[in-house]
Amino acid sequence: MPKTFLSYNNIFSNLGFDSETVVENIFSGNSGLEKFDDTSLLPEPFCASMISSKIVEEKFSKIGNTSKFTKLEQMIILSLKEVIDDSNIPLNERVGLLISTTKGNIDVLESKSNFPESRAYLSELGKTIQNFFGFKNEAIVLSNACVSGILAVSVAKRFISEEKYDHVFIASGDLVTKFILSGFNSFQALSAEPCKPYDKNRTGINLGEVAASALITSEEKDLPTGAVEILGDATCNDANHISGPSRTGEGLYRSVKAALKEANIGAAQIDYISAHGTATPFNDEMEAIAFSRLGMEEVPLNSLKGYFGHTLGASGLLETIVGMHFMMKNILFSSKGFSDLGVSKKINIIKENTPKELHIFLKTASGFGGCNTAVIFKKVNN
Amino acid sequence: MSEKFFIKNYCHIKNQTVSVNGKVIFNDVPITLGTEDFSTFIKNAYKFLKTDYSKFFKMDNLSKLAFLAAYLLLKSENLNEEENNIALVFSNKASSLDTDRKHEAAIENEAEYFPSPAVFVYTLPNICLGEISIKHRLYSENSFFIFDRFNAEHLQLYANSLLRSGKAQKTLCGWVDFDENSYDAFLYLVEKEGEIEHTTEEITRLYNTL
Repeated sequence: MPKTFLSYNNIFSNLGFDSETVVENIFSGNSGLEKFDDTSLLPEPFCASMISSKIVEEKFSKIGNTSKFTKLEQMIILSLKEVIDDSNIPLNERVGLLISTTKGNIDVLESKSNFPESRAYLSELGKTIQNFFGFKNEAIVLSNACVSGILAVSVAKRFISEEKYDHVFIASGDLVTKFILSGFNSFQALSAEPCKPYDKNRTGINLGEVAASALITSEEKDLPTGAVEILGDATCNDANHISGPSRTGEGLYRSVKAALKEANIGAAQIDYISAHGTATPFNDEMEAIAFSRLGMEEVPLNSLKGYFGHTLGASGLLETIVGMHFMMKNILFSSKGFSDLGVSKKINIIKENTPKELHIFLKTASGFGGCNTAVIFKKVNN
Repeated sequence: MSEKFFIKNYCHIKNQTVSVNGKVIFNDVPITLGTEDFSTFIKNAYKFLKTDYSKFFKMDNLSKLAFLAAYLLLKSENLNEEENNIALVFSNKASSLDTDRKHEAAIENEAEYFPSPAVFVYTLPNICLGEISIKHRLYSENSFFIFDRFNAEHLQLYANSLLRSGKAQKTLCGWVDFDENSYDAFLYLVEKEGEIEHTTEEITRLYNTL
């Protein structure tokens, strides 16, 4: 089976428009979260990480007609363009395109939208991205709740293992919309203050918007500095509840176990966990139980939601890209918003930026529908 | 890489008709046209199949459709009561748009602003995979893909990858789409033994059987 690598990458967010700038901002402790009081989005004040449409349009106008593309399409195209340009790979029939999103252009359902309702179909979003760049293969759209972004890495790896493609470009993105805000608010899951994953005073999530893109490739030569090998991956359902996490962390526990097995390593070889950490009381507790059952209580762990908010279908890929940059820098970055442990099992939350030699990290995510995904990455020493 | 897999069983739910392996097992005479038709039809199909699962009635249309189609194939599988490793690889065109439109209608006007968590939770296509996993104790791989048409090649390739790598013992694959007045479900179970070879041509042929 060919090896697979996560290679060139880009993050398009309000902490910067390339991965390096974004990681520098995290290093400095900067967060993209801000408080908003905008009744056109939510009747009450909320805290989120959002990208100014004006800035997106200003950037996009250099490469395309802003009136023909939605904000999300502009963000995804701008992000993916960086990765395609950097990788310099011709888009032939051996190159795949995978789009991961939960809600895509859901804002076109609003009566004030300038775009037709047909743009809400996710296959239309896929076609728009595919046609912009001239991909030879049809875009594959993955929509699997909040694990979509990291599951896309698994799916790309599997397509390469099946020798369908040599290279797969993944582009992911989701927006902060009235649709999403009202829904999470109806669950009483939103925090009006910056979120505090795993903290005893955590009260809920903040939403965020971002586009993130990466190249998954079987080509070992010409990998950029910081590239990682994908060692193992798994997705497991909780088989428990559609909107609440399992009390035993069953699906997360099983997915990490299965990913470790494929990677052929033990829990002790994981140097760092980039966890999901949404800062809802139940999610963070579930994760602590699962990591404790896995014997990973001492493994340094953070959640990046305090920097970006929860960016839904993009979060898994976004956080994976950030994780590989942490490995490159050999620094454990602090879990923003955390001060006192507020989960029933002891886990090792990173409180401040700490230098440490890093070789292997684990990325996990969990989402509605009871899905959980775990992927293990190893630094490529080239 | 030459290991072969087979389609053991398949089912369709469309045009007020439920069929398994090409044979009609339930048919409801349409009274009126429109989505009301679907709710009556799917309720009648549920009763006919003696499903006896009260959570069914709180599901949205897409989940009801997917749940019943999966039930048709999995009820005869003698599943373990504790756990089963059957991966779910589903796809459609309309994602969860039927329920998305309902949530949008509940937030569109300030005067009638009333979003409901019971509706919002179904604004993700993979929720139906969760419903099926809960019922049949599937702690397994699940993924939901969106295409503008039935894509046998993609489903075949992805199922093969899960089976060959040992990530799943069996895979339940197919298409479950619900959009405005139309619905279409086609699911099939892939495993190591069977008579119909798991090829793109066979999958396409079975999809077009009815």
